[in-house]
Amino acid sequence: MAVDSMIRLEGVSKTFPGSASPAVSGLDLEVGRGEFVTLVGPSGCGKTTTLKMINRIIEPSSGRILIDGRDALATPAFELRRSIGYVIQQIGLFPHRTISQNIATVPNLLGWDRARIDDRVTELVDLVGLDPKMLDRYPAELSGGQQQRVGVARALAADPPVLLMDEPFGAVDPIVRKHLQQEFLALQDRVGKTVVFVTHDVDEAILLGDRMALLNVGGIVEQYDEPEVILANPANVFVESFLGGERGLKRLALLPVGEAGMRWGPVVDVSATPGDAWRVMEQETTDWVGLVEDGRLLGWVDGAAVGTSPLRELEPRPFLVTLSSDSSLRSALDAVVTGHARVAMVVDEGVYKGMLDLEGIAEEITE
Amino acid sequence: MTGLWGQTAPLIDWEWIGRNMGEIVDRTWEHLTLTAISVGLGLIISLGLSVVALRWRWTYSPITWVTGLLYTIPSLALFALLVPIVGLNATNAVIALTSYTLLIIVRNLVAGIDGVPQPVLEAADGMGYTRRSRFWRMEVPLAMPVIIAGLRIATVTTVGLVTVTAVLGLGGYGYFILRGLNTFFWTQILVGVMLSVVLATILDIGFVWLQRLLSPWSRRVS
Repeated sequence: MAVDSMIRLEGVSKTFPGSASPAVSGLDLEVGRGEFVTLVGPSGCGKTTTLKMINRIIEPSSGRILIDGRDALATPAFELRRSIGYVIQQIGLFPHRTISQNIATVPNLLGWDRARIDDRVTELVDLVGLDPKMLDRYPAELSGGQQQRVGVARALAADPPVLLMDEPFGAVDPIVRKHLQQEFLALQDRVGKTVVFVTHDVDEAILLGDRMALLNVGGIVEQYDEPEVILANPANVFVESFLGGERGLKRLALLPVGEAGMRWGPVVDVSATPGDAWRVMEQETTDWVGLVEDGRLLGWVDGAAVGTSPLRELEPRPFLVTLSSDSSLRSALDAVVTGHARVAMVVDEGVYKGMLDLEGIAEEITE
Repeated sequence: MTGLWGQTAPLIDWEWIGRNMGEIVDRTWEHLTLTAISVGLGLIISLGLSVVALRWRWTYSPITWVTGLLYTIPSLALFALLVPIVGLNATNAVIALTSYTLLIIVRNLVAGIDGVPQPVLEAADGMGYTRRSRFWRMEVPLAMPVIIAGLRIATVTTVGLVTVTAVLGLGGYGYFILRGLNTFFWTQILVGVMLSVVLATILDIGFVWLQRLLSPWSRRVS
C-alpha cells in the first residue's frame, strides 16, 4: 500500500479506566506521506480516540505509534505535539489572545524570532483566506467559519508535516461547511500535509479522503481504501449500510469525466459535407449534429436544417451545458438527464473532447 | 434642623471636620492598611489553599467547609475569641479580617481555573504546551476576571468590616462612627459612614479598572 509511511499504528489499544471493553483494540493503520486519510464510523467506534492517540492527547494502553519513523511514545508529549498540527471541532482558540497571537502559538513555543513569526502569520492569513484586519481582534469577535480558518492557520503555523483534525467542520452550518471543505481541499493541494481527519459524516469522508478508514465499534477497521473503491466494493454489510443509499451516485461524484470512456458522437467539422453530417446522424440515430471548427466546439444544428448548402453557412446554437475533463461523472449525469439532447458534451478550454451519454455513465458505475 | 435624638444642632459641623483633618487622614491610612494587609494575606493564603484544592480535588470540600465556617462567625465574636490568644491589637483585627476573605477568594480562584473551557485546554495541550506553561499562560490569565471579581468582593466586604475593629481601638473610619455614637455627635458618625462608602466605591472601581487592564479580551466580546 503506502510505500513511504508517515504515520504507523501497530497493535494500538486503548481501554479507558472503568470501562470493561476497549475503545480501540489492536489497531493497525498506516498513513502514507502526504496522504489525506479520513476516519469515519458510528459513535463509539473509537475514531476520535484513535486520532488523539497519535498526538497522545489520549495515551494508548498498548501498542506502538511511529511518526516519520520516530517512536511517538518515546518522545516527550509536548515536543511531539509541536510537530503535529491539531484542529478540533470546538476550535479552542485562546480567548485572551488576538488572532495573530493565536496563529503564532507554536512558532512562539518553538522560539522563533519576531520577524520570522510575523512573516509566517502574514503568509498563513493569506493561505487560509482571512482578512488581515482580523489579526488584532480577539476570537470572540469572529464568526464560526472565520474562527475555524484561524484554527487551521494555527495548526499549520510551524509547518508541521502531520495534521490531525477532529471533526473540524462539524460545528459550522452546512453552507459554510461545504465552503470550508472546498477551501481545505484547495489548501491541501498547496501544502500537501499528511492529514488524518475524523468525521462522522460519510459524505465528508468520501469527498475529502485520498483513502478512508471505516471503523466499527471497538476500533475495528472494517475497510480501508480509496473512497471510490469502497463505494464500488464494500467489504461487508456494515460498510454497505454505513455508506448509505445512492452509493452509485456518490461514486460518480468522485470519478472525473476525463477518465471515463468518451465517444466522439454526432459531431463533424464544419468543412465536412452535408452528406457526412447526415451519415453521422443516421449512425448515431440523432436528429441533430454538433459542429466543430479546428477542434473547437461551435454548437449544434437541427438535422432538418442540414440541406445541401455547406455546413459552414449554418448558424449553430450553443450547448447550454458543457463539462470539462475534471468535472465529475455526477455532474455529467446531471447534464444528461436535464439536457434535451441527453448527452454531456466535454470541452476543455473550447476544444471538444468527446461526449458522454447515459449508457456510457452507467458503464462506469457497473465497471 | 433637628439632630440626632432630638438635639438641635447642624447635621454637619464643618468646623469640626476642619479641625480634625489630621485625624481623618490618619484614620484613612489605618483603614486602607488594615484592608490591604487583610486582603493581601487572604490572597496569599487562598492561593496556597487553591493550589492544594486544584491538585488534590478531594480537599476542596473540606477547605470550603472550614473557610465557610470562619465566614459565619460574627466579627465581634471572633475578635473576642482571639483576645486571649493574641490580645487586643492590630494582629487580632488582621487575623479576623483575613479569615473572612478566604472563602470568597478561594472559591473564585478555583471557579476561575475550573471555568477555563475544556477545548482551550485541549488545544493548548495539542499545540505542545507543557503542563506548567499551560497553567501560567492559559489557565491563570483566563481565570483572571473571576479571580479579580473575588478580590473585589473580598475587598469591599473588608472595608465594611474594618469599621467593626473600632471595638479593638482601631477601626479606621469606624473609630469616628463609634465615637460619634458614644457622644451623640452626628457629624462624626456621618464622616465615618460616608468615608467608608466612598473608600469602598473607589476600591471597587479600581478593581474594575484593573480587570479591564489585565483582561482586555473579556471586554471586547460582542
